[in-house]
Amino acid sequence: MSDHTLHFVAPGDFKARARAALDDPALRRSFRGAMDFLQGKRATQFPDDAELQQLRDLGEAVRQHALAQLPALLERLETKLTEAGVHVHWAETAADANAIVLGIAQAKKARRVIKGKSMASEEIELNHYLAEHGVDCIESDMGEFIVQLAGEKPSHIVMPAIHKTRGDIAELFEAHIPGTRYTEDVDELIQTGRRALRRAFADADIGLSGVNFAAADTGTLWLVENEGNGRLSTTVPDTHVAIMGIEKVVEKLEHIVPLSSLLTRSATGQAITTYFNLISGPRRDGERDGPRELHLVLLDNGRTQAYADEQLRATLQCIRCGACMNHCPVYTRIGGHAYGTTYPGPIGKIISPHLLGLDATADLPTASTLCGACGEVCPVRIPIPQLLVRLRTEANRKPDEPVAHPLRGQGANYTRAEDLVWRFWSGAFAHPRAYRAFRWTATRLRALTPAKQMGWTQHRTPLEPAPRSLSDLLRARGQPE
Amino acid sequence: MSARDAILARLRAAAPGVAATSGRVLDARIDTHYDTRRSQAGTAHDPHTLAHAMQAALTASHADVWCATGDAWPAQLAARLAEAGVRRLLLDPARAESAALARALPDTVAPVPFDRPIDAWKADLFDTIDAGFTVARSGIAATGTVVLAPDAGTPRTVSLVPPLHVALVHASTLHPDLHAAVHAERWHAGMPTNLVLVSGPSKTSDIQQTLAYGAHGPRRLWVVIVTDSAARPAATAREDLPQ
Repeated sequence: MSDHTLHFVAPGDFKARARAALDDPALRRSFRGAMDFLQGKRATQFPDDAELQQLRDLGEAVRQHALAQLPALLERLETKLTEAGVHVHWAETAADANAIVLGIAQAKKARRVIKGKSMASEEIELNHYLAEHGVDCIESDMGEFIVQLAGEKPSHIVMPAIHKTRGDIAELFEAHIPGTRYTEDVDELIQTGRRALRRAFADADIGLSGVNFAAADTGTLWLVENEGNGRLSTTVPDTHVAIMGIEKVVEKLEHIVPLSSLLTRSATGQAITTYFNLISGPRRDGERDGPRELHLVLLDNGRTQAYADEQLRATLQCIRCGACMNHCPVYTRIGGHAYGTTYPGPIGKIISPHLLGLDATADLPTASTLCGACGEVCPVRIPIPQLLVRLRTEANRKPDEPVAHPLRGQGANYTRAEDLVWRFWSGAFAHPRAYRAFRWTATRLRALTPAKQMGWTQHRTPLEPAPRSLSDLLRARGQPE
Repeated sequence: MSARDAILARLRAAAPGVAATSGRVLDARIDTHYDTRRSQAGTAHDPHTLAHAMQAALTASHADVWCATGDAWPAQLAARLAEAGVRRLLLDPARAESAALARALPDTVAPVPFDRPIDAWKADLFDTIDAGFTVARSGIAATGTVVLAPDAGTPRTVSLVPPLHVALVHASTLHPDLHAAVHAERWHAGMPTNLVLVSGPSKTSDIQQTLAYGAHGPRRLWVVIVTDSAARPAATAREDLPQ
């Protein structure tokens, strides 16, 4: 991560933040209400379960088909876009991506950037980096704008300000936007936001956006939104910079048809969003608006690590709908900020270890009951629970154990004591004599079991061996062991 | 090694090379899914039926939408624009539909052409234009979507910056769903620099999941569906629709 420090990310404090979130009744009410709302909205879009399951099969097939030939598709996308006059950049790390964007800004002598919603730019903390170098970034998605005013990070990938009440937002607007009175009227608040940002669209030197899907066959960037800020950001300024994770490309434009339907219905319960904005090049001669210069930054930032492993590659099928977090009992109770990562919730728990390393995120895969809800709603059938278990395994593996595709931070949760216990246990199980000796001792000495058993007894009664083992009981009934 | 080469090398080292599903099989699965859905729905796909489905979907998305005949719509729309207090209306006088509308406009509504690059009049565009008029390339009935292909005469911002966007769509250009539109219009054969699918006025639910309109784009969307226009060239090659 070289010289650029990430300002917010401290997922290492996950447990403390989760505790604090659980103790905050207002926050829990906010998330419970919002998640119930989003679950209900999604359900109304899928009244026919057979259709949903077919569509999920298609979504999974499209994404797997694309990932199977990812390097070739990226090259084809690059060729098509370059032919259309788009500048394509490749970034291995967050720092590289930030430097590329800053380079573009400096070449254009740009001071003001207007941003449409982009989780990739959140991931690399672009706003901070550009601000440090004298370039102002203004978030224009209403939720992102609110979160930026508050000096926070998004708490949800689709609805960034979902943790804020209208009262919170009324106070923020009153404090930060000149000439604004306190009101909890949502229409009025939105009109205030619109007014505050109107000039910013017209004055910006650069518009920055994310990308929802990219089609390699036509060289098209497919952007999905409701507000129109994405269209304004990618249309009005003279330069448009799009940032996209390398996994988002698919082979054909027509493959996006089922994906876009799955995305909007799963994310916000809409049959379609207000705008699908399909961009295939900068302004051509004779056209009177649109950016004269268009750049695409292709971001790796750990994605190739997930790609290297056949099982973990499924992580990259994600289309960022947020349905997994909307249905997660853990996310619903602790909210998005507790995770400390750009992507919270189940998808955050399986993608963040690749972006930040398991050493920074080892606790995240354990923050799950493995209830399976995330995997059940995932529109592209990512086996999230299985991936969580796999990441737990990698976090507990001996740091120097040689494996085919080692993850950054392998063994972050490894302790010698735990390792010894498991070795002892597997040894005892593998040798009948040793096991019988252990059983005999454990049942006789059960009175010596400690009453305090660290984390276990915090919320549970102590574990204690039974007075008689199962095989003793069976023998007493006359059944062989 | 450049970042590009390094990323591609890492991917190549792991890529299976052969996709589990072949391209042709995947395409066929997608086509079959949508063909089956359309035939199960059992509705006819004539312009009249599609126009009604389009109207219903757009109304549900908070747009004002009405059907009108080719003769009647210019006067109807002109009257509504005047009634709504529109004074400056952005339109492309070179288009037949826009010219017909311009002829019907009362003196209170001035037609304004987008005849300069945006940079030459950005402030005016943002501050003085009340409405933008576009003619859709086509429409998608299932979701109530107008398909816009901005060009030199009707640039991208016409449907975006003014607080009212008025789109005209010919019923003969309506497709049942997005899948049908993509095939019938042969999107794979080449895309314009920008293609925009509009399915309602600008909106947001970012404040406590409360729906509000007019976030950053037009607060209001009017759609005129012209019902009796003869088949136009834009109605495209329907034989390309997978059967």
